[in-house]
Amino acid sequence: MADIFTTAIKPTWCPGCGNFGIWMALKNAITNLAIPREQVAIVYGVGCHGNMRDWMHVYGVQGLHGRAIPLAQGLKLANANLQVIVVSGDGDCLGEGGNHFIHAAKRNPNITVIVHNNEVYGLTTGQASPTAELGFLTKSTPAGVVDPPFNPSTLSILAGGTFAARGFAGDIPGITDLIQKAISHKGFSVVDVLQPCVTFDKVHTYEWYRKRVQNVNITGEKLADRLAAIEVARLWGDKIPVGVFFETALPTSEEREISLENDPLYLRPIPTAEVELVVAQLK
Amino acid sequence: MIQDCTWAIGGEAGFGINAAGAMLTKACSRNGYGIITSNEYPSLIRGGHNFVSLRIASKEIFAPKASVDILVALNKETVEFHKKQLASDAIVMFDPKDYEWKKEEVGTGVTLVAIPLTELVKKRDGDAVMRNTIALGATMVFLGKELSFLTAVIKDMFAKKGEAVINENIKIAEEGYNYAKSNFASVTSHALAVGEITDPKLLMNVSEAVGLGAIAGGMKFAAIYPMTPINALIPFFNDNAKKFNIVYKQPEDEIAGVNMAVGASLAGARSMVATSGGGFALMVEAVSMTGIMEVPLVIDLGMRPGPATGMPTWTEQGELHMAIHAGHGDFPKIVLAPGDVEEGYTLTKKAFDLADEFQTSVIILTDKYLNETQWQLSASVVKDIKEVAVTTTVNASDLNDTPVFKRYSVDTKTGVSPRSLPGMKNGEYIANSYEHEEDGYTTEEAGVRVAQVDKRAKKLQTILQAALQPIVSGDDNADITFVTFGSIKGVIREAMPILSKAGKKVKHIHFAWVYPVPVGVGELLSKEKQLVCVEQNATGQLASVIKEATGISIKEVWTKYDGRQWTVEEIVMKAKGAGK
Repeated sequence: MADIFTTAIKPTWCPGCGNFGIWMALKNAITNLAIPREQVAIVYGVGCHGNMRDWMHVYGVQGLHGRAIPLAQGLKLANANLQVIVVSGDGDCLGEGGNHFIHAAKRNPNITVIVHNNEVYGLTTGQASPTAELGFLTKSTPAGVVDPPFNPSTLSILAGGTFAARGFAGDIPGITDLIQKAISHKGFSVVDVLQPCVTFDKVHTYEWYRKRVQNVNITGEKLADRLAAIEVARLWGDKIPVGVFFETALPTSEEREISLENDPLYLRPIPTAEVELVVAQLK
Repeated sequence: MIQDCTWAIGGEAGFGINAAGAMLTKACSRNGYGIITSNEYPSLIRGGHNFVSLRIASKEIFAPKASVDILVALNKETVEFHKKQLASDAIVMFDPKDYEWKKEEVGTGVTLVAIPLTELVKKRDGDAVMRNTIALGATMVFLGKELSFLTAVIKDMFAKKGEAVINENIKIAEEGYNYAKSNFASVTSHALAVGEITDPKLLMNVSEAVGLGAIAGGMKFAAIYPMTPINALIPFFNDNAKKFNIVYKQPEDEIAGVNMAVGASLAGARSMVATSGGGFALMVEAVSMTGIMEVPLVIDLGMRPGPATGMPTWTEQGELHMAIHAGHGDFPKIVLAPGDVEEGYTLTKKAFDLADEFQTSVIILTDKYLNETQWQLSASVVKDIKEVAVTTTVNASDLNDTPVFKRYSVDTKTGVSPRSLPGMKNGEYIANSYEHEEDGYTTEEAGVRVAQVDKRAKKLQTILQAALQPIVSGDDNADITFVTFGSIKGVIREAMPILSKAGKKVKHIHFAWVYPVPVGVGELLSKEKQLVCVEQNATGQLASVIKEATGISIKEVWTKYDGRQWTVEEIVMKAKGAGK
């Protein structure tokens, strides 16, 4: 099958970069779900991950560093028919955009956030990110990271998100499945993708992850148990769980908007008669 | 008979100060009077003190007056706090139960009117809070009005609460009216001449006028993080969201708000944010993004005294420079400054068309004084709200044969390129905050960069063709020519006839469209004998904007930065000593 997402621009990621796997999985997921290309709006953060915009033929929005999630919420509120996906990184959505990440989880908009999580700021040549492990040696932490890391999965579950999964960029079929499930989920879905940075991280290699990642298969009522999900998602060490940790159905941000029934917002006419009623009260 | 009277009421929070002010405001407006209603905040003088003043005049008025002609004191502190504001022949209404005021304490020319508010309420089994209604009833006597002047409004305002509540309020008002009539019939000094305004008026503050203008301008999405002085806009949108067919979102911070608005705008919904200087500072990076993404955005920037948190509940015009220069990099934007409630409505409506037409940010500069004062707007101004006609969005059907959609096409005379909306087949592009090719894909190529910067710069020339010229009024052969922007308009408008009567030849050049400075302003200003720039800031920001654009240096700049709006009296006094 022809790749309908190709553009004239060739990827500039480093050979072997984990971003390739995530990109492939995302294209697979959109294809498998048969979403028309023009209905997909991808909002990119700033970072190596965000460069995907140039080799991905969909409606793309390249915003400011850290601000992809609010842009995505605006798009979704204005046109709920769009499939809005945020392609972000650990620095973009947990550093600069951390406030937006937790508030979006609290609001539960029907959007999907893919966190390209490689523990470093690759675009600025390898400083420690908010998910960097204690002791990790980076350009900005030559004596090792001293502040403990964020965990995107536990953070989103705790803040009110309704879908949390973790995958590994070296397992394209695995993350294709997770992204597909996340997009299909109605609500704020986060896929934390563990991604080797082949240039600036000699520790967390493909091999390092392959030895550690272990699929979890959580089903039924257990899947909707927030506290149990956090217990699984927080595990990190010799064994790193991957898979869907949490999923529950709650009203979305768009569903809770009193004026958002029926047509998408951007197509609404000015309700002149109703406006006149409001004006009359001002006399 | 007097033509002009300032009535004020003060008391503790919970005494119904605002309700009384609102009731009298409505009554006066419906009876053909010009009215301007100002509120003072609880925190200003002392926790819990509320104060509302109404300037009532038989003709149209454009600014409040500083002195108080009738003061209604629902507690002792009200007189203590406001006696300095009293006109020499003022009436002071008070409850002797609070304190027995003596003339020598308030001024020898003052008429003291002791009304047993508490007792009268009790007599009619009313709630203690209804002392305000007793006072309103008594007020009718002093303004020389029948009680029916008030009761019609009481019926309207309590309509939802039912007949019993209406009757109780009328009966209480009657008690106050009768008491004043039998005890103070001789006090006729403040009887008001007939209200002469015939066209129906709406009552609103400028925040609400901005809100109404936004709705008429086709706005569909607003994200507003609360901040004084734009807060009145929030309930106006939120309470009416369903009727207006809009979404109002309270974001986690101003950065989220402005990015949500940009996202909604990209999807095709006309969008806005509102904030004050501190919040706007957080939005500035996104303003720059609207420049390069070329996405429409309207920003209501309500000014208040800075720097930083400054004096949050007072007024200033200190954010003109910031508005004009907001955003890194070179890109065109538009800055408008409504001078009154009508411009609040019309310029906001226009701002949405301008934003759409030129695909960039349009900033509406309001301030605390405009936003939190209640004004009258002719109902005819708000009539005939139609669908929006201006748009640079392509039709989905036109995209069929396009292999690559050139969202940022440089093949444009105006600098404006057609835009597609997500969801339109064959219209895919990247709305890119990086420099980009015509289809939105990122580039660092020198030639493309220059072509895109030039394309965006071209919009500035197109915008200038659409610019509104300054409003000129007054004497053609003036000795003093006032130059203003924004909320100073009304103050000058009031001062002009007073100065003319005093033999001064005066003229007023007012900028409602501030930036980019319209073509021809240099020529316009260069003809004047003496330019006087009147501003509500410390450095004369408008004067420096004019100098930058025209080279004309306005030597006389009257600045005021104590947080209190320029008054008509101050302008008149200063002008009498100028322009010889």
